[in-house]
Amino acid sequence: MNASALRFAAPAAVLALGVFAWDLVVRLNGIPPYILPGPGLVASTLVSDWGILWSSLLSTMATTLEGFALAVAGGVGLAVLFNRSRLIERSFYPYAVILQVTPVVAIAPLLLIYLPQQAAVLVCAWIVAFFPVLANTTLGLNSVDRNLTDLFRLYGASRGQVLWQLKLPAALPQMLAGIKIAGGLSLIGAVVAEIAAGSAGAGSGLAYRIAESGYRLNIPRMFAALLLLSLAGIVIFALLSCLEHFALRRWHESALVREG
Amino acid sequence: MSHSSRPLVSLRGVGKVFGNGTRALESLDLDVREGEFLSLLGPSGCGKSTALRIVAGLSEPSQGTVTWADHAAANDRARSIGFVFQEPTLMPWARVFDNVLLPLRLAGTDRASAKPRVMEALARVGIADFAEAYPRELSGGMRMRVSIARALVTAPRILLMDEPFAALDEITRFKLNDDLVALWRELKMTVVFVTHSVFESVYLSERIVVMTSRPGRVSSEIVIDAPERDSQFRTSAEYAATCRRTSEALSRAMSSRPGAAA
Repeated sequence: MNASALRFAAPAAVLALGVFAWDLVVRLNGIPPYILPGPGLVASTLVSDWGILWSSLLSTMATTLEGFALAVAGGVGLAVLFNRSRLIERSFYPYAVILQVTPVVAIAPLLLIYLPQQAAVLVCAWIVAFFPVLANTTLGLNSVDRNLTDLFRLYGASRGQVLWQLKLPAALPQMLAGIKIAGGLSLIGAVVAEIAAGSAGAGSGLAYRIAESGYRLNIPRMFAALLLLSLAGIVIFALLSCLEHFALRRWHESALVREG
Repeated sequence: MSHSSRPLVSLRGVGKVFGNGTRALESLDLDVREGEFLSLLGPSGCGKSTALRIVAGLSEPSQGTVTWADHAAANDRARSIGFVFQEPTLMPWARVFDNVLLPLRLAGTDRASAKPRVMEALARVGIADFAEAYPRELSGGMRMRVSIARALVTAPRILLMDEPFAALDEITRFKLNDDLVALWRELKMTVVFVTHSVFESVYLSERIVVMTSRPGRVSSEIVIDAPERDSQFRTSAEYAATCRRTSEALSRAMSSRPGAAA
């Protein structure tokens, strides 16, 4: 079996075994669906509840994408600003760190008090996701080849030229690494905020569905919603990995295929 | 070589002290004459690279003055100076063409009108066929050629080279040495070449300035007036004798101030 087939076949085999074992455990022990539904029931729930789950998925994805876009813009923007002025960096960086290390689960209920729910969910997604973009882009901007910087200076480059033609392209690999992390994190931020908001009785995202189904002991729907969230996360990660690959494949070591 | 002895740039009493207290240069007097091929030879850490950076305006002298012969050279540094670093210093994300285009692009020239000049510079160093390649696809010697093409694209009056071939294998270095001499003849430009190789400096230069280290200053000067620089020169008795003379000058420079070495 060749390497690429193995890459897909091996995890697929593990999945099949896992699902089979799950089904077996549920059947042999006669576990009722309100405790642990079998894989068949989860799949049929996914189909029967598709209408409600699909609209919830769209709602969660919309929040995630908005939070993600704001995180990328904010992270890169702040990194550029920090790179331009040492004073601004020294003044604000500690607060960016504080925002990052304070668990978002603890911030979410507070945000829900002061902001309309949609805005609070978005802010949560942004808070968790912007930091890796900021930290990685800052690292990238600060590790530009010194000789190249000298060369730009020798040729009288303006600050704008240095930023657009030297610093941002040089920081691209680190920036994309941060963006890849931010994709997954913005989903987490959105989910955390939805769960926190869910107890307040409003909302329609997938995480809200999970909380709501939990109260109603609709365990199969909980599993179905969880499955969709997982799939959403995988799709985000795959898309961002593709983006990274295509942006770097011609020149960066990380994207090169090395033979033998 | 027929060139005027008029200095294109003069350093007088130039000193450089770095923030950590290292005295890289002290009262350095150096004239770079228009059209000459000058090598700065010295041990590592003798401040020869610092001197080159000061000429380029990339570093400010702590003491002394740098005087250019005319206003054109003094005021338009970007167009008058070509700089080649020890590493090729290419933008890995840009194709060879765009790397060489960079100095013109930074000066505001549009791509279409710059194209003939870029292609000419690439042709001069023999890599016109690789315009669309990325730097990582090239060998070390080829990357250095791209770096030289980039320095030549503005048709500079003076080409400053900071140990450009130090990291290359000998075969590649010999070839690049020959090509560099040919370029210098053809373009009639001034070259200041920093090196720690006696053999390379003798092969290339009309004049070698030997420097002492810590602090760096001029120790002695060797003039080489062999007209032809080719494989015959490389194996000639004159070349061997000059290398011996230069080696001796270098040893004297290294032992002249034993107390000054940190």
